Amino acid sequence: MTDPIAQRVAAATPPRLAHRIRGLSDRTIAWLFVAPTIFLLLAVNIFPLIWTIRLSMTNFRTNRPNNEVEFIWFENYQKILTDEDTWTSLQATAHFLIWTILLQVLIGFTLAYLINKKFRGNDLWTTLIVLPMMLSPAVVGNFWTFLYQPQIGLFNYFVQFLTGTDPASFSMIGEVALAPWAIVIVDTWMWTPFVMLICLAGLRSIPSSIYEAAECDRASKWRQFWTITIPMALPFLMLAVLFRGIENFKMFDLVVQLTGGGPGSTTLLTSIDLKREAFEKWRTGYASAYAVILFVTVFGLASIYVKALNKVKDR
Amino acid sequence: MNAKLLFTSASLAIAAGVSSAQAEDLTLCWAAWDPANALVELSKEYEAESGNKMSFEFVPWTEFASRMLNELNSGGKLCDLMIGDSQWIGGAAENGQYVKLNDFFDANGISMDAFIPATVTGYSEWPKGTPNYWSLPAFGDVVGWTYRKDWFARPEIQEAFKAEYGRDLAVPATYAELMDIAKFFQGRDIDGKTVYGASIYTERGSEGITMGAMNTLYGFGFKYDNPDKPYDMEGFVNSDGAIAGLEYYKALYDCCTPPGSSNSYMGEGVDAFKSGQVALQMNFAFTWPGFDTDATVGGDVTGYFANPAGPDGDKFAQLGGQGISVVAASDKQEAALTYIKWFAQPEVQAKWWKLGGFSALRAVVEDPGFVASAPYAQTFLDSMAIVKDFWAEPAYATLLQASQERFHDYVVAGNGTAKEALDGLVADWTETFEEEGKY
Repeated sequence: MTDPIAQRVAAATPPRLAHRIRGLSDRTIAWLFVAPTIFLLLAVNIFPLIWTIRLSMTNFRTNRPNNEVEFIWFENYQKILTDEDTWTSLQATAHFLIWTILLQVLIGFTLAYLINKKFRGNDLWTTLIVLPMMLSPAVVGNFWTFLYQPQIGLFNYFVQFLTGTDPASFSMIGEVALAPWAIVIVDTWMWTPFVMLICLAGLRSIPSSIYEAAECDRASKWRQFWTITIPMALPFLMLAVLFRGIENFKMFDLVVQLTGGGPGSTTLLTSIDLKREAFEKWRTGYASAYAVILFVTVFGLASIYVKALNKVKDR
Repeated sequence: MNAKLLFTSASLAIAAGVSSAQAEDLTLCWAAWDPANALVELSKEYEAESGNKMSFEFVPWTEFASRMLNELNSGGKLCDLMIGDSQWIGGAAENGQYVKLNDFFDANGISMDAFIPATVTGYSEWPKGTPNYWSLPAFGDVVGWTYRKDWFARPEIQEAFKAEYGRDLAVPATYAELMDIAKFFQGRDIDGKTVYGASIYTERGSEGITMGAMNTLYGFGFKYDNPDKPYDMEGFVNSDGAIAGLEYYKALYDCCTPPGSSNSYMGEGVDAFKSGQVALQMNFAFTWPGFDTDATVGGDVTGYFANPAGPDGDKFAQLGGQGISVVAASDKQEAALTYIKWFAQPEVQAKWWKLGGFSALRAVVEDPGFVASAPYAQTFLDSMAIVKDFWAEPAYATLLQASQERFHDYVVAGNGTAKEALDGLVADWTETFEEEGKY
């Protein structure tokens, strides 16, 4: 017996097709339905990936269509991995990644913890806090360059208010020591609300009965926090770290708007470096190898992380 | 049957004839800046004369090269006409992205002798110094300086300057004098407002700091390569003079620019000057008409001068500007050529200058009335007489990115020494030329 869905499909189709469909297995019909999606996935994801891997082993340059393309195996990979600039760029990315995640998790969780309490104006505060993440990164980058402007920027005047430092005496995006922190601050301002929302979802998923039981056992608030709140919200926190980690590893627009990778190469994150290789120097083969290295790094780290996340969830 | 075939062929031929005579919709690609607006205005005459419709694709300068080179490299058909940067000419010629214009120029009586020689070499020729033309000089541009003429004229400022430096405050004849003036104005109170010495190019992302630093490097003795041995750069790019030139540029950045000038280019320079922040401003000549008509700094408030001389009296200026080319991927090449033919006419070029476009036609700039036609006209001529351009090789973008990184790293970030920066630049450029098979 074929299942009712197949029978209905067959009944609704013209005789010849219906005859054919009646002969199809469930598995074949299922494949027919998923085939367009798989085809699309192959066309827009898998094929470009394979093509990129192929290109990464050539000396191809998009701006030299007449040049002979040579297959040079892993020469591009060797060049990238032995290039000091690559490691400088990776260090800048690591600094950005570690500090943004750390700050966003700390502040995001704290905000979520506070917002989770019932108080007057709770909804209004939640809306106000999530506003930054609704803005376009290009817009955020642009207006923060004004906020960081030493002569007219509010940020510098705020620092003056707190410390008495002359606002014109320092440039957040123009000084080697400050620029890496300038981009961390902006990204934290923009994306902490996202982490807060995920944490809030985690906190609200904790049944109140657990806290009530803890109260009956006379557990202190501090103990409740460390033995109930943190362990139960941890999978959500880890998810937020995963999302922000992947996003910030490929950070481009915000930093380009803010510093353009400068001063010097202080904030030249890998994605900016990659874009310059691919679309300014037009070293397509080299840039493809660079992209593959970054992809493998992110994919590898994310896979390990997801396994850890699953273990935490299963606990 | 034959009659039917003949009729069909005739119909097709007529249809084809009608089609070729039909008005075309041409797209011209250029940077988004003031001269582009002037060109839109100017092109209305072409539309009226030819019946062709002009559309424009203008991209902001910081994204211009990236966006348009992507278009050329991908064989895109967006642009029929391209006013591309001078450095693109080598790549566009060698990769067949521009249509070679020699036959068209010959057939239409357009002579390259009619244009300022530096613009022909800079915008049209590839290989350089050979009569192979890929564009018509469209917009002559060069780096020069504006200064606050009104501040320079104030007796109390004149007095203070003379007391400090022992000479009159005047347009600097040398870079040493320029530095003195910049230092003098840095942090000075004028009309109750703190002003600064100079606005210079420091932009990191595209080409800014290279277009700026090259001016002082040229003046102090930098050469791209050995004149007797092309692509031999050791001792030329990193000569003692070049090192001193880069040190000078850093010293100017450190002592005399407004706070927050770590990523300034054309727009930031214009803002700094118009808002009355700086006494001196480095910028391309295209910005000058905008100052002249500005409500705050227009008229006699602003003066113009060409790059001063280096320690040995050498005067050079970084060439800007572009030529107009027909894109080889375009299906409307014939119609696009009619635009170039129209644009090359002396009367159109004269109007182009009046609208704010810097014509490179000698008939316009050598006209007896030219110098008096605008307060910056003489400075434009003086500057065009001393131009040098960056590499125009097919690998120019790689060469440019290397200089951007090296210069910014030293001048703005303060890493290493000028010698290390230029030694590094020689290494980077040598590697690029090795990849290009130049040795």
